[in-house]
Amino acid sequence: MAKTPGRAVFEFLDERFLLSDIITFGRKKMVPEHRQSFWYFFGGICLFLTGIQVATGLLLLLYYTPHVDFAHESVQFIMSQVKFGWLIRSVHSWTANILIGVIFVHMFSTFFLKAYRKPRELTWMTGFFLLVMFMAFGFSGYLLPWNELSYFATRVGTDIAGSLPLIGKWLKTVILGGPDVSQATLSRFFWFHVALLPLAALAFIGLHVLLVQTLGMSKPVGVREKREIPFFPDFLLKDAVGWTLILVLVGVLCVFLPWEVGPKADPFAPTPLGIKPEWYFTFMFTTLKIVPPHILGVEGEMLAILGFLAGGLLWLLVPFLDRRAARDERSPVFTWAGLAVALYIIVMTVLTYTVPKL
Amino acid sequence: MKRRNFVNLFLGGSLLATVAAFLYPVVRYLLPAKQASAAQQKVTAAKVGELPPNSAKSFRFGSSVAVLVNTAEGQLVALSAVCTHLTCTVRFESDTATLFCPCHNGRFDLGGNVLSGPPPAPLETYRVEVAGEDIVVSRKS
Repeated sequence: MAKTPGRAVFEFLDERFLLSDIITFGRKKMVPEHRQSFWYFFGGICLFLTGIQVATGLLLLLYYTPHVDFAHESVQFIMSQVKFGWLIRSVHSWTANILIGVIFVHMFSTFFLKAYRKPRELTWMTGFFLLVMFMAFGFSGYLLPWNELSYFATRVGTDIAGSLPLIGKWLKTVILGGPDVSQATLSRFFWFHVALLPLAALAFIGLHVLLVQTLGMSKPVGVREKREIPFFPDFLLKDAVGWTLILVLVGVLCVFLPWEVGPKADPFAPTPLGIKPEWYFTFMFTTLKIVPPHILGVEGEMLAILGFLAGGLLWLLVPFLDRRAARDERSPVFTWAGLAVALYIIVMTVLTYTVPKL
Repeated sequence: MKRRNFVNLFLGGSLLATVAAFLYPVVRYLLPAKQASAAQQKVTAAKVGELPPNSAKSFRFGSSVAVLVNTAEGQLVALSAVCTHLTCTVRFESDTATLFCPCHNGRFDLGGNVLSGPPPAPLETYRVEVAGEDIVVSRKS
C-alpha cells in the first residue's frame, strides 16, 4: 500500500528526530488522577502563555524603537498604523498579565498541595525564581512604551531598590544606568526585557520542566488513589482545553479592551493622579502607602521593603522549613501561613482599587 | 607542597584569573559611565506675571524637577518637586494650597514640611528672587 504524504513526512522526520521515541515516552509517562488533579493544568497553561509571549514579543520587535524620542511614537504606530498591530500588542500585554496571575495560582496550588516536599524542593525553588523573573519581565516591559504611568512606576520601583541598606544607591544607579530614569534606563530595560531575561527564563523553564519530567507529578499528602492517565494524548488533550479557553478569553479581552498607550512620559510634569503599578505589584504598593514614616526610629519604608525580602526568602525556603510535609505528614501551620499570605495579597490588591485614598 | 598539588593550584588559579579577566570588563561595561553632574545653582523659573495667584509651575532645575508656587497672597515660593518618599513628582493643589504626591498620598505644606502620608523628610526649599522680568530660583546652600 502506498504511503500517504503525511505518513511519508512523519517517517522522514522520525528518522532524523526520533519522534516515535518521544511519543512512546509521552504514552508511557503517567499522570496521577485524583480529586485535586485539576491544579496540575496550571503549569501547562503557564508554558502555553510563555509561548504566546515569545511569539508576540518577537513580532513587536519589528516596529518598536527603544529611544525616548521614538518609543512612545513607535508603540502608537503599532497600535494605529500597523495591520493587526493593536492585536499583537494587546495579546502581548493581556497574556503577560494573565500569565502572572496563572503563575500565582500555580504557585499557591503547589503550596497548598505541599508539592514542594522532598524530593521536589528544587522544582519549587526554580518555580519561585521564575515568578520573580516574570515579575521582572512585567516591570521592565512596562517602561518600554515610555508613557507617563510607566515612567513614574519605574521611578518608584527603582527607588524601592535604592532604599535598600548599603547597596541601595549603587544598585539603583546600575538599574537606571544613571541617577534618574532616562534614555540609559530605557536601553537597559529593553536589553533586560528582550535579551537577558528571556535567556535566564529559558534556562530556568528548562530546568523546571526537566525536574517535573524526571520526578513526575506530586500527589498531595493523604491521597491514596492509584489511578493514572497517560500524559499523551489524554492529559495533553485536557491541557489543550485549558489553553483554548485562555485563548478565547485573551481574544475577547483584546477586542473589547485593547491595551492603552497612554500619554507620553514627561519627566518634568507632576505625577498623574491615581497612579498605581501593574496589579501584581499593588499589594506592595499599598503596604508602602500605609506604613508610617518611622517605626522605632527606622524609616518605615525600609522596614517594609526588608519585610518583603525576608518574606520572599522564607517562601523560597518553605520546602526545607516544612519538616512535617517532608515526612509525608499534614502540616496545618504551613497551610494557615499560606492562607494568611494569600489573604494579605488579595486584601491589599483589592484595597488598592477600592480605596485609592487609603 | 607536592608537585601535583602545586600544578592543581597553579591551573585552578590560572582558570580563576582567566574567568576574572573575562568578567571584569563585562562588569565594568554594565556599570553606568560617570557623568559630570555639577548641580545647577540658579535657574530662571518663570517670567514676572506668568503665574496667576494660587497657581504653580513645574520647571527643570539641574537634572531634577522643582515647583514654583505663587500663593493666593502673591508670595513666590520654590521647592524641590521630588517627593522624599519614593521620588514621584509632587503637584500643587490650589484648593488646599498644598503639594500632593499621588504615588503614596504624601502631602506637604508650602514650607516643604510633611503634613501627612509616608514621606520621611521635608521637601528642599529654594530662594526666589525677582531680577527684572525674570523669577530666578537658586539653592540656599
